[in-house]
Amino acid sequence: MAITMRARASKDEIKILMTHPSETGLRKGANGQPIPAHFVKNIQVTVNGKTILDGQWGVGVSKDPYLSVKVQGLKAGDKIGVHAEDNKGEQGSIETIAA
Amino acid sequence: MNPMRRHFLKAASSAGLIAAAIAAGLMKPGQALATWNNAGFTATKTADALAAIGGTGAMESKDIQVKAPDIAENGAVVPIEVATTLANVESIALLGEKNVNPLIAHYALTNFGGSLYMRVKLGQTANVRAIVTSGGKTYTATKNIKVTAGGCGG
Repeated sequence: MAITMRARASKDEIKILMTHPSETGLRKGANGQPIPAHFVKNIQVTVNGKTILDGQWGVGVSKDPYLSVKVQGLKAGDKIGVHAEDNKGEQGSIETIAA
Repeated sequence: MNPMRRHFLKAASSAGLIAAAIAAGLMKPGQALATWNNAGFTATKTADALAAIGGTGAMESKDIQVKAPDIAENGAVVPIEVATTLANVESIALLGEKNVNPLIAHYALTNFGGSLYMRVKLGQTANVRAIVTSGGKTYTATKNIKVTAGGCGG
């Protein structure tokens, strides 16, 4: 299953919201069994094809991860790309144009 | 029932699947993703996590601010902003010092504009520590956040 996400960029900032369970592997389900870990491990943000953020995440990122980052020199029309991959190898990507 | 409409819906949904497949497989950025720092993210002590990301001995800096609520009623979703006036920021890491796995996030950055915001889980009341590398040097700042309901584990 692909990781679904939304991204918006305007002025000096890129904002990303993903839909993801972000399970730590530490929680127990109703049956007393641990819920397997399922979390996003990598997030990469590009501006006009150049990587400006190459991130690694652990289990401490909240469910439905949200990230915003201010970027120098961002301008309207810049092509923003976001790519994410989780610990099960599921991936997601999105592209947007800076407003 | 209108058979044409059925046909259209079926075609539309398979087109959606193709779009999803393209998004999943073909729209990868040009460069490979960073190698996940297994030692850092599975460390159970802050000192070990810091060692794994090169953050040991970071200098306290007033040019870094960890902005967050003083009290987090829900430890599962704690908003944290790392703001810095340091120039040429190369990386930022965020740690919840009393989390089961303290290292939360580690970013390599280019053209960083001085602020990064995300939402994290905190298992209990603890310092949140930011590690910022700038000009080849490593700096740090913390903020204590009181957690009234934990966000990790049971």
